[in-house]
Order: sequence, then C-alpha cells, then structure tokens
Amino acid sequence: MTTVVEDENQGTSGPAAIGGGRVIEHDVLDVTHGPILYLDDITVSFDGFKALNNLTLTVEAGELRCIIGPNGAGKTTMMDVITGKTRPDSGTAFFGQTIDLLRMTEPQIAHAGIGRKFQKPTVFEQHTVFENLELAMKTDKRVRRSLFAKLDSAHGDLIAATLEQIKLAQAPDRPAGLLSHGQKQWLEIGMLLMQEPRLLLLDEPVAGMTDAETERTAELFNSLAGKHTLVVVEHDMDFVGAIARTVTVLHEGSVLAEGAMDVVQNDERVIEVYLGR
Amino acid sequence: MHRSGPGALFGPRGWGAVIAALILICAVAPLLNLVVPKGSLFHLSDFSVSLIGKIMCYAIVALAMDLIWGYTGILSLGHGLFFALGGYAFGMYLMRSIGLDGVYKSPLPDFMVFLDWKAYPWYWSFTEHFLYACLLVVLVPGVLAFVFGYFAFRSRIKGVYFSIITQAMTFAFMLLFFRNDTGFGGNNGFTDFKRILDYPIFTPQMRMVLFVLSGLALVGTLLLARWIVSSKLGRVLTAIRDAESRVMFSGYDPLWYKLFIWTLSAVLCGIAGALYVPQVGIINPGEMSPANSIEIAIWVAVGGRGTLIGPIVGAFLVNGARSWFTVAFPEYWLFFLGAIFIAVTLFLPNGVVGLVAQLRAKRREKKLSAKPA
Amino acid sequence: MNLVRLIRCVLAVCALAVGLPAAALTPEQIDKLAAPGSDARAEALNSIAAAGDESAIPFLSALAEGNVQTSVSLKKVLIVIDGKGIDAVTGKPVAKLPEDLDEVVANNVFRRELAAAIATLRLTSGDRAVRLAAAKTLQDETESDRLPLVERAIAKETDADIKALLERVRANLQLNSKDKTIRLAAITSLGSSVNPGTKTILLEMLAKKGGEFVEPDADIRFAAQKSLTEVEGRLTKGERIGQVFSGVSLGSILLLAALGLAITYGLMGVINMAHGELIMIGAYTTHVVQNLVRANAPDLFNWYLLAAVPASFMVAAAVGMALERGVIRFLYGRPLETLLATWGISLILIQAVRTIFGAQNVQVENPVWMSGGVELLSNVVLPWSRIVIIGFSAAVLLLVWLALTRTRLGLFVRGVTQNRAMASCMGVHTGRIDTWCFGLGSGIAGLAGCALSQIGNVGPDLGQSYIVDSFMVVVLGGVGQLAGTVYAAMGLGIVNKFLEGISGAVVAKIAVLVFIIIFIQKRPQGMFALKGRFADA
Repeated sequence: MTTVVEDENQGTSGPAAIGGGRVIEHDVLDVTHGPILYLDDITVSFDGFKALNNLTLTVEAGELRCIIGPNGAGKTTMMDVITGKTRPDSGTAFFGQTIDLLRMTEPQIAHAGIGRKFQKPTVFEQHTVFENLELAMKTDKRVRRSLFAKLDSAHGDLIAATLEQIKLAQAPDRPAGLLSHGQKQWLEIGMLLMQEPRLLLLDEPVAGMTDAETERTAELFNSLAGKHTLVVVEHDMDFVGAIARTVTVLHEGSVLAEGAMDVVQNDERVIEVYLGR
Repeated sequence: MHRSGPGALFGPRGWGAVIAALILICAVAPLLNLVVPKGSLFHLSDFSVSLIGKIMCYAIVALAMDLIWGYTGILSLGHGLFFALGGYAFGMYLMRSIGLDGVYKSPLPDFMVFLDWKAYPWYWSFTEHFLYACLLVVLVPGVLAFVFGYFAFRSRIKGVYFSIITQAMTFAFMLLFFRNDTGFGGNNGFTDFKRILDYPIFTPQMRMVLFVLSGLALVGTLLLARWIVSSKLGRVLTAIRDAESRVMFSGYDPLWYKLFIWTLSAVLCGIAGALYVPQVGIINPGEMSPANSIEIAIWVAVGGRGTLIGPIVGAFLVNGARSWFTVAFPEYWLFFLGAIFIAVTLFLPNGVVGLVAQLRAKRREKKLSAKPA
Repeated sequence: MNLVRLIRCVLAVCALAVGLPAAALTPEQIDKLAAPGSDARAEALNSIAAAGDESAIPFLSALAEGNVQTSVSLKKVLIVIDGKGIDAVTGKPVAKLPEDLDEVVANNVFRRELAAAIATLRLTSGDRAVRLAAAKTLQDETESDRLPLVERAIAKETDADIKALLERVRANLQLNSKDKTIRLAAITSLGSSVNPGTKTILLEMLAKKGGEFVEPDADIRFAAQKSLTEVEGRLTKGERIGQVFSGVSLGSILLLAALGLAITYGLMGVINMAHGELIMIGAYTTHVVQNLVRANAPDLFNWYLLAAVPASFMVAAAVGMALERGVIRFLYGRPLETLLATWGISLILIQAVRTIFGAQNVQVENPVWMSGGVELLSNVVLPWSRIVIIGFSAAVLLLVWLALTRTRLGLFVRGVTQNRAMASCMGVHTGRIDTWCFGLGSGIAGLAGCALSQIGNVGPDLGQSYIVDSFMVVVLGGVGQLAGTVYAAMGLGIVNKFLEGISGAVVAKIAVLVFIIIFIQKRPQGMFALKGRFADA
C-alpha cells in the first residue's frame, strides 16, 4: 500500500507534471553540503522570558528528525522562527546553504520549499476537500494568476493522487469543516504534500488520531523521508519510536540532548527533565 | 461537481434572472414611468424611480462591502467614505457645469464666492471635463484605499482593529470636509446642480437615464463579483477569511489579495457614489459620518453575507423600510434600525437569504420524509 | 445710525431731567470751552479731566454731540436738545429759546480730546461696563496729563481685565513723556508685565520705518529690547503652562471617556460601540438629579453633584449590565458581530433619550463653587471646573486601579480574562464576572458623562462625539493596558492642544487621527504591547 502511494507521488512530482512551474524563486535551494536547515544561536524572548535560548540545530537533507521536549521547551517557537512567523532577537537561520530565512516573509518561505502543519489542524473549513488541495497546490500564487487560473488535467490528476494518499478520495466534495479531527490532520498533511516542499515541519501530526490512523501516518512519514526532509514535533512516544531515526530533546529553549531514540531515552538529563527528579 | 473552476458563471436559471433584471431596468421601468399615463395603475411614479435608483446605488455599495467583509472577512467602516469621495469627485464636475447660473453669477461655485476666493484651487483643475471627473471617481477612492490598505495590511492589522482604524480615517475625512477651507463647500457640500453634459439634470428623461445607468452598474457589479468569487482568487479570499495563517504558509501573500479586493471594493463604492449624487442632487460631509459606514454593514448582514444576492436584498429591505418609516413613523426609525442590528447579529447570522435557504431545506426534508409514508 | 442718535438724545434728555449738577463747572471754564479755536479751550478741558470730577461729563458729552449753543443776547451758554434749552451754568431750564443761537462747533481734533476726557472721567464710574468702555477708549491716548488720574484709577480698579487695559494706557502715557528717565523707567516697568498687549507696544518701539528706527534714542531701544525679551519669555511660559493645562484637562476627559472602554474592550475584548451612549446616559442622569435637587431642595443645589456622581455611575452600570445580559454575552468571541449589535444598541439609546428628553440639548448648571478660576498669570486662568475634572479623573483612575488590583472582583476579572477555562474550573462564575466587569466599565462611562456635563453641552449626540476618540485612546495605549490608556489619553490631550495653538482645532484633530493611524501601522499592538502567546488572541 505504502509503496503504491510513494510511486504515485514520485510519478507526479517531476518537473514535467507541473504546468505553471515555480515563478517566485528568491534563492535556489543548495543542499550540496548536507544540511538543509541550519539554526545557529537563535534567541527569542517575550517580555524577558526566553522562549528560545541560543538554540543551535542542524537538520540534514532527507532526514526524518523528531523533536521532543516538555511544554514550554520552545518547540512551537522554533517552528515559528523557521517559517517567518516570529523574528528572533539574535541568531541566524538558513535553509540550505544560501537562503536566509530571517529576511523572508511567510509566503516567501513557503515558496522556497518549507511546509508547515500547525498544532491545531488548520484547513479551510468552508472549502471542500478538493478545493483545499487545489489551493495548496504548488503553482503561481500571485493575484492576477489566481483570478484567471484554470485547473488543467495534470493538476486534477495530482489532486486525485493526493486524495488517495490521504484516504479522502471518497469525499472530495465534502466541506473540510465537516471532517473528523483525524481527517483534518490528514487533509492538512495532504495540503503540505501538494505544496511539494523540501522540508516539512509537522507540529503534533497525530494528536487526536486513532491508533490505526497513527500507524498509517507513521508509514506515510517513513515513506516520505529521504525525498523530503521531515521535522516532527510530537508528544506521542510510541509514534516517535516508530518513525524516529534521530531525536532532539529541547528544554528551556535550547538543545538538551540529541541522538538515536534509545540513547536519548537513557540520557540522565533527559530523564531528569521529563520525570522532574 | 467539484471542478469549481470559473467555467460557467451562472447556470441557465441564473442567466435568465440576470436578463430579466436587465429588461426590467432598461425597458419596463422607463415604459411605466414615461409612457404609461399618470393616473394609471401601472404608472411608476417619479418618486419611486428616484427611490429605486438611489437604492440600486446603495446595493452596489452593499455588494462591494460583501466582497471585502462577507467573502474576505474584513469589516470596513470606511465604505461610506469611499462612496462619498466618488460622489464628491463627480460633484466637482456637476458644480463646474453650473457655469454662470449660480446665485452670484460667477464662474466659481457660490461657496467659493462666499469665501472670497478668486480662482479654483489646484485640485479642481480639469474637473470641468466629464471624462476626467469620471476618472477621478475611480482614482480618488481607489488610490486612497490602495495606500491605506497597503500600510494596514502590511502591518497585519486585522479584525476589529482594522475596523476601528477605518472608522478613524472616515471620521478624519469628515472633519476635513466640514472645513470651509478644504474647498468642498464645508457643511453644505455641493448642491443646486444644473446639468450633465449640457442636458438639464432635473427632467424625467435625465432621471430615467440615471436610473438605467445605476441599474446597469448594479448588474455589472453583480457579474464582476460573481466572476471574482467563483475564480480561484475568490477561493483564496474565503480561505483568508477562514484561516489566514494557512494561506500564508501555503505560499500566498495575503497582502496583495486583500489589497486587490479592498481597492476594488472602494472603487465600486466610488462609482456608486458618482451615480447617486446627481440623482439626489446633493452631497455633503454628512455622507461620511461613521454611522453611514456602519449601516452599510447592516444591509449586507440583513441580506446575508457571503452571498451575492444577499447584499442587494438587504439594501432594498433596509432602505425600503427607511423610506416607509420616515414617512409613517419618523420617531421610530432609529428604534427599528437599532433593533435590526441586534436581531440580525443575534438571530439571523446568515441573513434573509440564509433564512430562506434554511426554510427551503427544511421543506425538502419534510417532503422526503413524507414520501415513504 | 438714526437709532443711535435717538438713543443718545434720549440719554441726554434723561440727564437733563435728573438735573445738571451745575456746580461741576465754573462759568469761566464753560465760557472757555464754548469759545472755539483757542488754546484756552484745550487747557480748560485738560484741567477738567485732571480734576476727575464725574459731574462734568454731561456738559462735555453735549459739547461732543454738538448740542451746546451760545446766545449773545442772553450772554449764556445753553444746552439745547430737541428745542428745549438749559442753562449750562445753573442747570435751570430756559423758558424760551432766544433767536440768536449759535452752535459751538467742535472739530474732529477737539471731539477726540473730548472723548478722551470723558473716558478719563468715567474711569471711576461704578459700572464695570462703563469703566471697561472708557479704558478701551483710552488705549491710544498719549496726553501725559492724564497720568495721575489713570494711576488713581489703576489703584482703585479691582477688575483684572480693566486693570490690564489701564496699565497699558499708563505705559503708553509714560512712554510718550518728554522726560527720558520717565520713559526708561516706564519701559523697564513694562518688562514685568504679563499682558500680551505690552509686547505690541514694545515691538512698535523697536520697529523700523524706511530704514530708520522709529525710536531715535539708542538707550530707549536697548531698554525696550530687554523688556521685550523678558515679556516674551514670560508670555511664552504662560502660554506653555496654559497649553499644558488645557492639554491635561482634555487628556483627563479623554481618560475618563476611555477608562471604561479600557475595561470592556481592553480586558474583556468586547467592542462596545454604545460606550459613548453610556457616557451620554451619565450626563442625562446628572441633568435629572440636578432638576430633582432644584425642585425638592434648592438650598442644597450647590452640592447636587454629590448625588449625581453615584447616580450616574449606577444608572450607566445598570444599563450596561442589562446590555451584557441581554445581548452581548451571546456574542462573545465574535467581535465584529458585537460591534454591529452594540451599534444598534447605541441607536436605540439615542432615540430613547430623544423621545424622553427631546432632541435639544438640556441644561446642566455648574454649582457655584465650580465657576470662576485660579489666575496663575494674567494670561493664564485655570477654570475651577477643569481643575475639578482633572482631580475627579485622577480619583476615578485610582479607584479603578484599586478595584482591579486589590479586590476580589478584580482578581476574578484578571483571572477570567487571562484564562477563562481555568478560572471556570476553579469555581469562578465566569458569566457573572463578565456581567459585573461590564457593569464596572459602563459605570465609569457614566462617571465620564457626569463630568462632561459640567463643561460641555448635554444632548442625545453627546456620546457619538466621544466614541472614536475613546477607541483611539485605548488602541493607542495598547489593548489590555491600564497604564497605556493613561499615557495615551494624556499624550493625545497635550499634543492636540499644542497643535490647536499652531493650526486650529479641526486641523489639530485631523492631524492627531492621522498620527494615530500611522502609529498603529508601525506598532499595531499600541504603545505597550503584549508579546508572545497571548499577542494573537
């Protein structure tokens, strides 16, 4: 099952399949030296409280990285910094070797190839599932083009494929607001895939999902890794165990530990933080 | 099905309704007003013609408001300003075409003679040309909206904040136009118009021409709005209303989308204002009062926001009620209007159109459940 | 013109009827005055003016009006009005007018001198209006003989306005003295003046005409320049103080109007467009209380505010709580709908007040102790009503601060606004807290109305003029920040008044609105921003 999905995805994501092509390209993504995401010495403070404290983090291209940490460790703030929602007080953030994230707006960052899923599933509730995917699709997203945009068959196929992938092929015309919580999570992931990002930031992607759904999500993520780079923030340790290759533990705004799941789990400081000894 | 691309703007029934409206406006109304004799049952009185003409201008404003509020979720309390600016821009042309027929027999408007001005201020230049005035009708509200919107949207001012700021802008402009030195006639504004393009303005024929123009403008606005909301752009606008951050992280820059629809909406208001002023024969700063702008929102809410027919219905219902009340019970009009504001927000979130749709759905359900039995 | 003449005649006749105090002028003086063209005439006039006897006025007036006639046959000077004659010396009526009457002609120069003389005499009149008119007439007088009388008048004068005018007159007289030392002394003494008119006099002395100084004496010019600098400094200081005061006064009014909104909008997030109408209700309550007190206990009228303050708070709070229960609570979390619904409420309240009290403004009288003012400098008078309102708003601010930080209600309010769900879990009746909190905000609006009724018109549209301002203050200060509201109100008040001094009231208001709009673009969170997780809420 999973392989089929992967095949379809690969089949349609080549440049030939994209009619419009990417028009807004600020800098070409350069991952020749390995890291796709490079955060250095980032500090963010809110009224004296340091949400991020000299955070330094590197993610390699094609990696599937899990980030864990107790509440208030700065996980969401870190994603806000990467996607341009929050400007740090100091530090640098690069996407690949050349793209300076701190000088770009949210839409520009999205165009550069970073997709983000929110903690609370955020889809366009008044639109149908199909329309949600259509809106997310990688294409020219400027005003004039949108006014005269027409959906061609290649795009239709791409949407149909993604509908299959996220198990919503039966309900393309259902308003997204009427979906279940888990389905909304899937739809949002589907929208991310439509964007064809190089880097996916996923904030608690399996919250509110059934066990079966969680399992399928794990499969999907595993299949995506390699072609895409995934950064997953999650509290569900079983889920993390199922997908993780490298785990980063955040605590009070900086990296506490980093390494394979079992190494991190046995780290004294991590246990202390989590168990409050 | 779910191919919601532009394709067909309306179904056959929709187009039928549009054509019927066009015939009603362009042929039936003039016939009933100008040809059918006064005593006849079918005669459309001059009063009704000017009332309906006026309300059609309001309906354009309501549609414009619906585009920005109903579809994009931005409540503007400045649409009365754009309406008035369009009216003033065209009013400048009307004032200049009075020529020497003013009270003081001067080439300057009476209020300038009164202020002892010797020449037109620079911003009145070229306004004697009809086409230039028409250009101003579009440009003045458009440029103001563009500049204001650019800075406001760029600073991510949203929701109630935006509403309050637009209200402050409207208020500032009202104060500005109340000043005599601003050069737009102070309290009294512009009035006593004589002619448009050398045709006298207060004749039944001219009244009918303006009526038909307003009707055409309304139908045109409706078609434009329909085209926009059924395009992908329209879907992006609704998406901005429902989840702006998702829109941003999907790679759309909401700034330009908002700015486009906001500026377009202001321009539509300006056009409506320009059609309105020659029909009522006066424009003064009272049109810019914050109260007027808020009332526009209630026309949309009464009819049903986020629909295209709603604002038109709402504009007719509220303004029809006003003209009836101000004759029958002038004392109670504000009570009634206030009650509408409260009732619609509390009980009719989808307006009259939503209510009708709801009732229809209920009836269909009943039919369905009745069949097997 | 005719009417004026008529009135003058009537006045003169009245004076005749009362009987001319003939003893005022000696026959010699009258003869001299009646003889045209002689130096003796001017001398006589000056001596009469210097003597300062008011009873000379009627004859001088008659002279100025051209009503004095001489008769060679009777050898008498007569005052003739409407064909009736009076002996100018004895004041007795003349039975029959002689044939050979000859009018005493007063040319323009003499008429002007007469007017000045009459004005000088009138400076000691008991009637303030007469003295004021007289002082004004003397503004351009340069005859230094008048000096002693003016000095005497200044010493006796109690009215500040007239005194200021007279001081200018005196300086004028002294400046035109032939004696250089007197002039220098006069100029130096002008340096201590706080009268704006002084500046004009000094500037005139320093003016140039055709490349030459009007004043040839360099010493005098030097002294004038020195005095001018002093006066200007003092005047500017006075103006500044005046502007700051009226700025603080406007700020305190804005603060009162916005304080309630800072609670309902700032803390609760309710966009209450009917806030202005709650202010109006407070003002009308004050009006009603005033009428009740006047009708039932006129002796206590001066203290009706003591009842009006709590009454306006209660009435506005009650209306506010009713609104919250009846409408607003159904709309929490839907700010735009709240905006529209409360606007509807405001329309209903306006019309209700119109129906009950009429569309016209109603009268609210200040208590006696609030009228008048403190004179800080001669060009700075601080009205008591404004001072009281500044104090009042400071008191209200203090009470609100205490209510929010020191009481259980305040604790609950802060709890509910920060985390509604958690507060609810801890057993706080969040619904009830909302109602009380809204009532508090509305009550403060009522207090604002009570204060406003003391300095402005009270009409159904009162609230409409404050709603935009109030929102601007809250938005500028930063939503949810009491301190921000205070700074914003004071800042806006003072900036507004300073701009008014430069460009006029309307332009100042527009400029302030534009400034706020631009400011909000730069700092959408207002001056005092909330950051972090709550910033988006």
